[in-house]
Amino acid sequence: MEFSELIKTATVESVLLSCAGQPAVKGTLCITSHHLLLSSCPGGEGQPSAVELWLLIRNVDAVEKRVQNVGWYQPPRSSGSPRGNRLAGSSGTITLRCKDLKVLQLEIPGMEECLNIASSIEVSRAGVQRVGRSRWLPTVFALGLPLTWVNTQPLGCVCTGHPSCQTLWEEARMGFAERTFPAFLQLCSAVLQALSSVDSVMMMYPFFHRPQSLRLEEGWPRLPIEQHFQQIATKTTQWRLSDVNQDFAVCPTYPPAVIVPAAVSEETLRRAARFRQGGRFPVLSYYHTRNGTVMLRSGQPLTGPNRKRCPEDEMLLGSVLDEGERGFIIDTRSAQTAKQARMTGGGTEPKSSYPQWKRLHRPLERGRPLQESFIKLVEACNDASLGMDRWLGRLGGCRWLSHVKAALSTACLAAQCLDREESCVLVHGAEGTDTTLLVTALAQVILDPGCRTLKGFQELLEREWIQAGHPFHLRCARSAYSHARLKQEAPPLLPFPAKKKLSLLFLDCVWQLSRQFPFSLEFSEGLLLTLFDNAYASDYGTFLCNNEKERCLCKVKENTHSLWAWLDQPEERKKYLNPLYSPNLLVIWPSVEPQSIQLWQGMAGAAPGLSQPTWTACSSSACFPSCSRTQPR
Amino acid sequence: MEHITTPKVENVKLLDRYTNRKAASGTLYLTATHLIYVDASAEVRKETWILHHHIATVEKLPLTTAGCPLLIHCKNFHVAHFVIGQERDCHEVYTSLLKLSQPVKPEELYAFSYNPKMSKDNREIGWKLIDLKVDYQRMGIPNDYWEITDLNKDYEVCNTYPPEIVVPRAASKATVIGSSRFRSRGRIPVLSYLYKENNAAICRCSQPLSGFSARCLEDEQMLQAIREANPGSPFMYVVDTRPKLNAMANRAAGKGYENEDNYDNIRFKFIGIENIHVMRNSLQKLLEVCETKSPSMSDFLTGLENSGWLRHIKAVMDASVFLAKAVKDEKASVLVHCSDGWDRTAQVCSLASLLLDPFYRTFKGFMVLIEKEWIAMGHKFSHRCGHLDGDPKEVSPVFTQFIECVWQLMQQFPCTFEFNEHFLLEIHDHVYSCQFGNFLGTCHKEREDLKIFEKTHSLWPFLLQKKQELRNPLYRGFTAYKELQPNTLPFSFQFWCGMYNRFDKGMHPKQCVLDHLLNCMNQKIKLEDNASELENKLPFLDGPLPTEASFLSKVGCAASKTSMLNTPQDYEGKPPPVLTNGISVGDTNVTSDVDQKNKENLANHRDLHLNDKVDVLNSEAKDGKPQHH
Repeated sequence: MEFSELIKTATVESVLLSCAGQPAVKGTLCITSHHLLLSSCPGGEGQPSAVELWLLIRNVDAVEKRVQNVGWYQPPRSSGSPRGNRLAGSSGTITLRCKDLKVLQLEIPGMEECLNIASSIEVSRAGVQRVGRSRWLPTVFALGLPLTWVNTQPLGCVCTGHPSCQTLWEEARMGFAERTFPAFLQLCSAVLQALSSVDSVMMMYPFFHRPQSLRLEEGWPRLPIEQHFQQIATKTTQWRLSDVNQDFAVCPTYPPAVIVPAAVSEETLRRAARFRQGGRFPVLSYYHTRNGTVMLRSGQPLTGPNRKRCPEDEMLLGSVLDEGERGFIIDTRSAQTAKQARMTGGGTEPKSSYPQWKRLHRPLERGRPLQESFIKLVEACNDASLGMDRWLGRLGGCRWLSHVKAALSTACLAAQCLDREESCVLVHGAEGTDTTLLVTALAQVILDPGCRTLKGFQELLEREWIQAGHPFHLRCARSAYSHARLKQEAPPLLPFPAKKKLSLLFLDCVWQLSRQFPFSLEFSEGLLLTLFDNAYASDYGTFLCNNEKERCLCKVKENTHSLWAWLDQPEERKKYLNPLYSPNLLVIWPSVEPQSIQLWQGMAGAAPGLSQPTWTACSSSACFPSCSRTQPR
Repeated sequence: MEHITTPKVENVKLLDRYTNRKAASGTLYLTATHLIYVDASAEVRKETWILHHHIATVEKLPLTTAGCPLLIHCKNFHVAHFVIGQERDCHEVYTSLLKLSQPVKPEELYAFSYNPKMSKDNREIGWKLIDLKVDYQRMGIPNDYWEITDLNKDYEVCNTYPPEIVVPRAASKATVIGSSRFRSRGRIPVLSYLYKENNAAICRCSQPLSGFSARCLEDEQMLQAIREANPGSPFMYVVDTRPKLNAMANRAAGKGYENEDNYDNIRFKFIGIENIHVMRNSLQKLLEVCETKSPSMSDFLTGLENSGWLRHIKAVMDASVFLAKAVKDEKASVLVHCSDGWDRTAQVCSLASLLLDPFYRTFKGFMVLIEKEWIAMGHKFSHRCGHLDGDPKEVSPVFTQFIECVWQLMQQFPCTFEFNEHFLLEIHDHVYSCQFGNFLGTCHKEREDLKIFEKTHSLWPFLLQKKQELRNPLYRGFTAYKELQPNTLPFSFQFWCGMYNRFDKGMHPKQCVLDHLLNCMNQKIKLEDNASELENKLPFLDGPLPTEASFLSKVGCAASKTSMLNTPQDYEGKPPPVLTNGISVGDTNVTSDVDQKNKENLANHRDLHLNDKVDVLNSEAKDGKPQHH
């Protein structure tokens, strides 16, 4: 890795690592391009056995440094003494706040080392961008561009070595030929937006992680949508597999294969796609075997201020319902917001054009409010000074549990439409990549016992989140701790999209289900926590990129390992099984009363304030597996 | 019986507060002890039993088109909303219930008529089950520093203390009597718990009658004796569990708190737990929140915050943790009091003992703890629970808070208690039910006067009989944990849905881990019995025939398949089909020569349909019907 040269201090001895709830460890600290390593001194300090910490630097959300003995430090201008003397005896503390909410403290002897380590971590975190900039400069000269452009922000994060950037340069030359700065800039930002962060993806750790027990290409789900269709095809002939999106031309965020009504032609799909935001035309998400009803999802229709119509889209939705049948459209925005969306070209399905469909609005929060809600929750959990009233006030004020309740209620509504009303359902919000997926995925866990097995849940995540184009890369770039910096640092031309905590919200909702139905899910809380960790920073390629198209471009499947392959290894798998599991073929209707919804201590438990003393924590976390061992088997 | 004018009313509806299901329709009966509602609309006969003593309030709501609504709030947080067709019927039921739920004379209490057909001897043995002397012996008392004295045998020292109390050996009779004159209601400092490891003790008393400047030499000697009974520590704590302001206000009435200048080597400390009136109002607000129909999440959390309930629970827990730490870590003795030393003091002392001593986390130990710190030391159950028609200002959920604190500890330490949540709920029910004599009256003397030891039954043997269903399957045993150090940060306290919304079954987890594990354990015990029985028979036989053994493993497989058909159970209230239990397969077919392996096989298969039974138990337990019928 090129940026390894930017790491000023690679190793430091006698670093003290402390993490809430665990004994402190002293050892050697080492910074590599991707990892922060701490290995305890062998035999020293009464350590019973060598401890090793491997922390992915991508997992680091925020770095805080504090230097002790600063008072003793004399400003350079008044000093004549050698530098070494001045700094001897001083030390520094680096606090690493991780995206998985852990907080690690490193006490580093020597102020200089401390500052170097902190900047090395920062460099590694931002490494890709820096390299991009340093490479950019020669390219600018090569192209003969005016030097003033070099500081232009949007170009700062381009890595020229990347194949996908070749296209950019081709087009950049053309832009340069036209010699108009705005045109060039527009082009660059357009390409960058489209590629979003593909540039940096291939520099990430999963492309270098090579566990010995796994082979590359192993465990990547083979054609998940096709498999899903095979199951449906045994029960009905009304649906077909379409490869209209084979080259991602119709919808860049859909996978190449989608399931659509058998009666609808490819041309109709193409036209319908033009009427839906992001080209996300209605596709099948779930087939309810018990009564043959289906759940569809899409982007919002582009009705716009002029109330445009699209006969193909109407036909597509019409073909789902029989004569006289009624379907429900669950819009995850309020009626007001949906109406307002018309001003920006979006909108919702008017009753007159879709007479068989009844629209229900169930506003679900997303974007900035959800992010802020999560930040406030973590802050409240971390604030040990709170009294009971202030804690309850902040817990209520952060509204996280309200979001959990709302998400569960909406998923229940969708499930109810399918199972009780025996009607088909279409779910969409605006883009159809966030709250829409939250509702469709949760509804399936509630309805389909197949999704409650370990394998089924992986397939569900693959199908409804990863393949369906939830932009993991954008959403999980930052966690709760770095928000303050985010506000200051947002680049002007390439604004950071509002980070969303949707996948976490989904995992929290599944945890609520597992608490209310402790025997009905094959997997345990441990799996949910592992998924939470991996969605932010992972050794595996599963959650990389924003959609299938990007994954193909980056050759994720060829060059990284699949998380599922790792989890499916027998000894790993064992850790994630629920010992009380007993298959339950019924629909699991959760209670959404406030009394029934609890704070997920396991998730928030990573936050230091919540961690219990270790000797009690073992009792609560270990009690179930150990007790089941005493049961007759 | 003279209060019941209409023993039976037909066409009564019972509304379900949370689900939108159709209201049940059935018949209401009034008996001498219970209100019984029989649901005729359900396919399966469903009964709701409400003990008259459990009724806290009865309200007649304005007439509606459906009929005359009658709203009953119970002390165990059951809320029943009936609609009676005829207003006249409703009024008669209403007036009857008002009288039945508020008996005036102690003899009217259920315990004096409850007759479980138990022999006189057994009844008396039941009362002797808990012997506090044995517990003091367990602590090593009497020893060099402490003695059990009968100075109070005629209730001359204090009429709300039991006849036998534990005081420092160094305290003479004159000191004790002198001290009793200086303590509110004569409640002198006595030992509550002795931590054997380091001789530090928890003692309890009432506030001193110090006013602004009064002193009492004997009382000062008494405290000195307590401090000196713990030679390992140069000082002792004196903890006043009231908010400082309340304690100061008491000085004006000639009461108050200890002046640090007058007592040698004491460290005085206030721990602000609010008084019974604040607690009563707080619970009232909490229950209003619980009863709100489909509140939003923030409504609920705001309501929970405004009720202050969890803040009070935390305050009690904080105080107990302080006591336990002082004793264990600082090796210092602690003297605790509030005003009269029978509410907050009882809470804090009993919880601290529970934190320090694993014995109190067993069935027997918990019973001893309640007998010792609450019943014997004169917590006024009769007044606090409103057993008889009396001053509503005396009612307060002090004991409920104690029970909840224990529950909160159970959440943090799921493997440290021998008993489970149902045990706590059972005790809580019976504190109000007046079915057993233990909680009648206000103090030992009053219970003697009421002759409860002669006329009524004790709760404890009754609970021990049900030990199997009240035990904690995760319990790791007496020695696995010693002292507990709970986390008292706010988020470690949860709202106890199982208590305050106990009868709203829709809110609870739909599958119950506890019941499931209990079933597993019962199965295991049965199988082990079976195994040992078979092993005993083995020597008399010639050994297994290979063909029979293989036949049996096939039977095992067949059993597993049929049981699979019955899973999963329907948890929406319909009773699951009755099973041909795996046991019967074992009992009838496995007669002579099953080897251990085959039995394990069967055990494995049986696991699969244990769920089905869970719900049977579940529905029985949560019917609101007392278990004793």
